[in-house]
Amino acid sequence: MTFIKQLSVFIENKTGRLNEITKILADNSINIVCVSLADTAEYGIFRLIVSNPKTAQDILAQNGFASTLTDVIGVGLPHHFGMLNRMTEVLTAAEVSISYIYALNSGENNASIIIKTSDNTKAAEVLEASGFALIDSVEAYNL
Amino acid sequence: MIWAKEETLSRNEIEEIQLAKLKKTVNYVYENLPAYRVKMDAVGVRPEHIRTLADIRLLPFITKQDMRDQYPFGWFAVPQKDIVRIHASSGTTGKPTVVGYTRRDLENWSECVARLACAGGASSESVAQICFGYGMFTGALGLHYGLERIGAAIIPSSTGNTQKQLMYMKDFGTSLLVATPSYALRIGEVAMEMGLNPQKDINLKVGLFGSEMLTEAIRAECRKVFGEQLLVTSNYGMSEIGGPGVSGECEYLCGFHINEDHFLCEIIDPKTGEVLPYGERGELVVTCLDKEAQPLVRYRTRDITSLICEPCKCGRTTMRMENFSGRTDDMLKIKGVNVFPSQIEEVLLSVDEIGPHYEIIVEKEGHTDKLTIRVELAPDKMTDDFQKLGSIRRTINSKLKVVLGLDTIIKLESPNTLQRFEGKAKRVKDLRPEETLRNS
Repeated sequence: MTFIKQLSVFIENKTGRLNEITKILADNSINIVCVSLADTAEYGIFRLIVSNPKTAQDILAQNGFASTLTDVIGVGLPHHFGMLNRMTEVLTAAEVSISYIYALNSGENNASIIIKTSDNTKAAEVLEASGFALIDSVEAYNL
Repeated sequence: MIWAKEETLSRNEIEEIQLAKLKKTVNYVYENLPAYRVKMDAVGVRPEHIRTLADIRLLPFITKQDMRDQYPFGWFAVPQKDIVRIHASSGTTGKPTVVGYTRRDLENWSECVARLACAGGASSESVAQICFGYGMFTGALGLHYGLERIGAAIIPSSTGNTQKQLMYMKDFGTSLLVATPSYALRIGEVAMEMGLNPQKDINLKVGLFGSEMLTEAIRAECRKVFGEQLLVTSNYGMSEIGGPGVSGECEYLCGFHINEDHFLCEIIDPKTGEVLPYGERGELVVTCLDKEAQPLVRYRTRDITSLICEPCKCGRTTMRMENFSGRTDDMLKIKGVNVFPSQIEEVLLSVDEIGPHYEIIVEKEGHTDKLTIRVELAPDKMTDDFQKLGSIRRTINSKLKVVLGLDTIIKLESPNTLQRFEGKAKRVKDLRPEETLRNS
């Protein structure tokens, strides 16, 4: 499987920075599928799944914003009790730790999340072996 | 190549020329410069008291404040009709200081700059792009006439519009860049944003820098950007003593060769005014030996350096100034500790994860000084990892603590957020109330 490329942008905590970034993406017809914004006192990392990560990165660079593309995994989780717990059980058993999680999508029967782990290859392998549906990168970009 | 025979004279020959010119200069200022005559009379020194070079220490100093007090033309020693050019300092710290030239002064100026440019890597083969602001600033026209004298092809592109500067560099095959070191780095940065490779698309061989201190870290950074073939040299002067042309580095990068037949240099203790022995570091004092319009005697530059007497491997025998370590008025006193911005710069440039631009902010919190340094993450070292970001800050912090003995607050910012400079970079903001008062 191919990992989803997440776009990560470093931003200092200053009014208007997020606005600048989303405007650049909007002006260039880049669709944002989902986002997560984590912060410390002075800066944050804006993480996004977008319709075209590489193009988005180039456009941001031309506008003076440096970003990175990070491999992440999309995991489908049916709407049942304990599904997230089952996923963490599987990863714990494989000694893979999770750096961060955020929501990708929520549908009628299924939800999906983005996870970044200490070992994505191993995580994908054990999750698939345990019957989890992983979201393909192209599918994620077009959600 | 060595431009003039005056650069290879024996110490005796140089000193003989200097003594003859010093005597003549002191006579000349006593007769023609009332502002200095008053100073000499006040300490009871007359021109005939100057019998040896060492007697120069009998003469009073001229300070920047003295220049301001006589604004605009009080230090001109010739009638207005003999002045052919007027330049002025930027005046960032008050009224500008004015400098005038006679026709002969301009001739000497070009000669002095030609020597330094030649030492710094210029030749008749050079295609020299001058990215100093043309105008009242002495830097652009000074380098312009000096390089023209050598026979270089000059592109007087001045400052501004960095993308167009890059177009000239690429299309005209610029081989020598005249700029401030910080603007050179800015040019490299814009080149990369435009998708150019500064090492392949631009064929730069020499960086002839000035108007700003060049630390070894910035020199290395410039070579990292434009390629290892780049010879980065710096030259020195200041508007009050006629602009560039006082001293400059040769390819051995072991100090700034002084045009000693035009400038007599001394090092003094900035507190007592006492002349220090050769080799000791202190404030540079310059006496112009061959000026008609504005022959300053013992001008206190406030720049800190030392003098090196031994002949250089390049063949020049002229005395050298050690690379500058700061200015007496750049020095910050933070929690009682003396801090030179250059010390901070050296540390910041040793950290790979951040770019070469920075800003130093000093504030007062209650009665305590607070030192904050804003730095930019390097675009190619961006990370998605908070722990990594935290460790970058801790690394800078602990390195600065070793060098300065002070705690600092490090603010990480995204690339391209700090101000860029085309002329002299202003990277220090001292917001403490008494400092604002002192600098206004």
